[in-house]
Amino acid sequence: MLEYARWKYWLVAAVLAVAFLFALPNIFGDDYALQLARKDRTAMDATQLARVEQVLKDNGVAFKRTYLDKGNTIVRFVDNETQLRARDVVKNDKNGLTRDYVNAMSYASRAPSWLQTLGLRAMPLGLDLRGGLYLLYQVDVNGAVAKLLNTYEQDFRRALNADEITFNDIGTLTVDSDIPNGLRILLPRGADLSKVRDAIKKSHPDLGCRDAVVAEGAAVDCVLTPVQVRERRDFGISQNITTLRNRVNELGVSEPVVQRQGLDRIVVELPGVQNSAEVKDVLGKVATLEYRLVDPRPAPTKGPAPLGTKVYDRKEGGKILLKRDIIVTGDQLINAVASSGQQGPEIQITLDSAGGDEMLRTTRANLGKPMGVVFIEQRRETVEVNGQPVVRDIKEERVINVATINGIFGNRFVTTGLTMNEAKETSLLLRGGALATTISIADERTIGPKLGQENIRKGVTALVVGMAALFVFMIIYYQLFGVVADLVLLANVVLLSALLSMLGTALSLPGIAGIILTVGMAVDANVLIYERIREELRNGVSPQTAIRAGFEKAFSAIFDSNITTLIAGLVLWIFGTGAIRGFAVVLTLGIGTSMFTALMGSRALLTLMFGGKRKVARLAIG
Amino acid sequence: MEFFHKKTNFPFMATRKVWYTLSAVLMVVSFASFFMRGLNFGIEFTGGISIEANFPTNAKIDAIHDAVVAAGYHDPTVSTFGSSQDITIRLQSTGESADVLRPKFLAILTSVDPKAQMSKLEVVGPQVGVELRNAAIKSLAITLLLIAGYIILRFHTWRLSLGAILAVMHDPILVLGVFSITQTPFDLPVVAAILAVIGYSLNDTVIVFDRIRETFEKNRRLPSDQVLDQAINQTLSRTIMTKVVTSIVVVTLLLLGGSALRGFSEALLIGIIAGTYSSIYISSSIALSFGLKAEHVFPPIRKDELDERP
Repeated sequence: MLEYARWKYWLVAAVLAVAFLFALPNIFGDDYALQLARKDRTAMDATQLARVEQVLKDNGVAFKRTYLDKGNTIVRFVDNETQLRARDVVKNDKNGLTRDYVNAMSYASRAPSWLQTLGLRAMPLGLDLRGGLYLLYQVDVNGAVAKLLNTYEQDFRRALNADEITFNDIGTLTVDSDIPNGLRILLPRGADLSKVRDAIKKSHPDLGCRDAVVAEGAAVDCVLTPVQVRERRDFGISQNITTLRNRVNELGVSEPVVQRQGLDRIVVELPGVQNSAEVKDVLGKVATLEYRLVDPRPAPTKGPAPLGTKVYDRKEGGKILLKRDIIVTGDQLINAVASSGQQGPEIQITLDSAGGDEMLRTTRANLGKPMGVVFIEQRRETVEVNGQPVVRDIKEERVINVATINGIFGNRFVTTGLTMNEAKETSLLLRGGALATTISIADERTIGPKLGQENIRKGVTALVVGMAALFVFMIIYYQLFGVVADLVLLANVVLLSALLSMLGTALSLPGIAGIILTVGMAVDANVLIYERIREELRNGVSPQTAIRAGFEKAFSAIFDSNITTLIAGLVLWIFGTGAIRGFAVVLTLGIGTSMFTALMGSRALLTLMFGGKRKVARLAIG
Repeated sequence: MEFFHKKTNFPFMATRKVWYTLSAVLMVVSFASFFMRGLNFGIEFTGGISIEANFPTNAKIDAIHDAVVAAGYHDPTVSTFGSSQDITIRLQSTGESADVLRPKFLAILTSVDPKAQMSKLEVVGPQVGVELRNAAIKSLAITLLLIAGYIILRFHTWRLSLGAILAVMHDPILVLGVFSITQTPFDLPVVAAILAVIGYSLNDTVIVFDRIRETFEKNRRLPSDQVLDQAINQTLSRTIMTKVVTSIVVVTLLLLGGSALRGFSEALLIGIIAGTYSSIYISSSIALSFGLKAEHVFPPIRKDELDERP
């Protein structure tokens, strides 16, 4: 007798129903869209929506429809060209659209709204399918460590001076490392080393220091542990990632990807972006901050600045004179948040302890005097000099904010006297400005939108034609059982698409190839089962017993033979990047889905067809 | 429909010397080409500049080449791909960034044909290339090691393990050989395909070896070479059927998937053919040549073990 437990039927049915729902958004595709948001981040209303519509209509730009989504206006278009034209219209609008709104080119799913309210989304498309810009940034993580040592050195000098300890010099040290990872404090012969260690311990309790003997006299060595070095490198990366994210968001690109790759790289993927120069201009800048006291004298229009001061450009134009002594630098800034306080909009700033101490000292001595914030931007450019590529660092400095010191403060204080927009913008700049590590581009790729569309078309054609050929072949070879196998394979594709949509992994061209390949290999499980059934039938077993024996005997072979592919898939998943990882994900998940559909799905279907008490004289298995 | 209506009885074991020779020759040729000609590494491995462009009519390769050289770039490789209207230009790294290159090459392309369009521009630093190559070699090595480990655990005798490992090595070497001989561009998707091939190749061997064990179980007295022949013949229909079906989809990918997937599909196709061949003709034969017998698969039951049972 051929039977199958009732709960297994329900399981198969439930899994397939859920899978169908999750896979559903994929068949609708995307519209080209333009997204508009208010610059002050308040929600838009119907009148503003109507205004956008009117501007587009006046300029003869046809759109499919407009609507509000989470306070933003979305306009949908038929094609890429209209979308681009609409963006230009909005950008060049004289009546204030540019003044009030930021716009972003994006994609809007064509799936019905009930699917979208359920939170079901189509698989995002990779850059090779959508077109766009791919940038691989190299982060100077060793520079981050060097910068930290530099800060420590200054702290040490300050601490030793405060405790009136005489020292000869402080220099960097390299211990079991390929980069300098420690500091050596050189002291005169016979100095009290424990006093030195105590002085350092006060400000840096987590730094391990030991006494050392050197030719010139005594010394104290303070070396970062490997964990501390790694933490500092990671900090450099994560800071850069945060900054890049902020800047990418400023660009208004839909579905951007900013993620770490390996030890010291960051990948930025911007779908739909073609103008790389503009983007790199925004992304490639490294910014930092300095707080300095303002010199009340007017800035000289020409000639050198008075001793101990420096001339700076102001953001709003004009020049200003600042003292040369730095109070606090950007890498001592922990956070900057815009909020609205009692005196209107403000920025809440948090400094680390060393920065807080210095700020306290300075504000105590300079109450009522103005203090300036200098914003320093650095970018790295490769230029050609006599046919040789030369990397050049360009530095731009300007004063973004001058505020009067109204009280004595330490590591937490607020800056007021700004509008809300300014507060938001400045806090973003400050947060991004905390960045101390330089980044440079290691790999760059632009994929045209036409190439992306072509890739999708080819991938989908190959998928459809390949599956059709395979379906026909299976029916010829296994007749009715071939039809069953085809249904099972179709369920496999649905299940795989559902899993990919749930995971949200970007679908790449190799990913589509992976789906096709999974279908090709999933046939194997069916073939193993059917060949066993045929074999049992040849041995003269009754049809129902043959089906059951076929499934039971083929199980171990199906399981075993998939393990090796699973190994290859997992290795690729772990070591692969970008499009290759997409392939690995599909390959690995595909093993799971094809086992489920071939073993459970096909068994349920065959038992429904041939099982129970009915008499089956012969099987149409070819 | 069936590929083999009657039970087949091919003498695989008796003819194994022939297949050994064939495989040895293929391996030697592959290695020779691999070490002498090397692989035609894609830009992601070597670093450099790659530009893809589309022309409204047949692209004039020579004119484009000359225009690129006239602009001061040395040794460009200009070739068509996919169709005669799509071309790709490859260059050594010049240190110029994409922003500098884009307008220059747009000018070069439009000087040949005003309607030319640049569809892809890629600038890869040499460091990234070296790292990617190392990552690719690492993932290949790790996959092979893990699979060897799995094989050793899976089959109780080293004779079967050795057969499986040699058969598994055989297939990627052959793929590398063909890619080296034909100088087909070797890019990242090809590495992915080779890893998949390693996985798939073992798949057949596992099925055949399982059948060998089953056959030994049924008839311990049967000479080893007959057992092996029987096992391979019995699974032959399945082996070929599965590979024909997989090949159908891979050939569709090759024909319709476009140039981006060409190397990938080629590597898969070669690998699948090689894998089928090696699991039919090589893996079991090696086990036999190293003296595989029933007691290796099933250790003789020791008396004391039986006595302990109640």
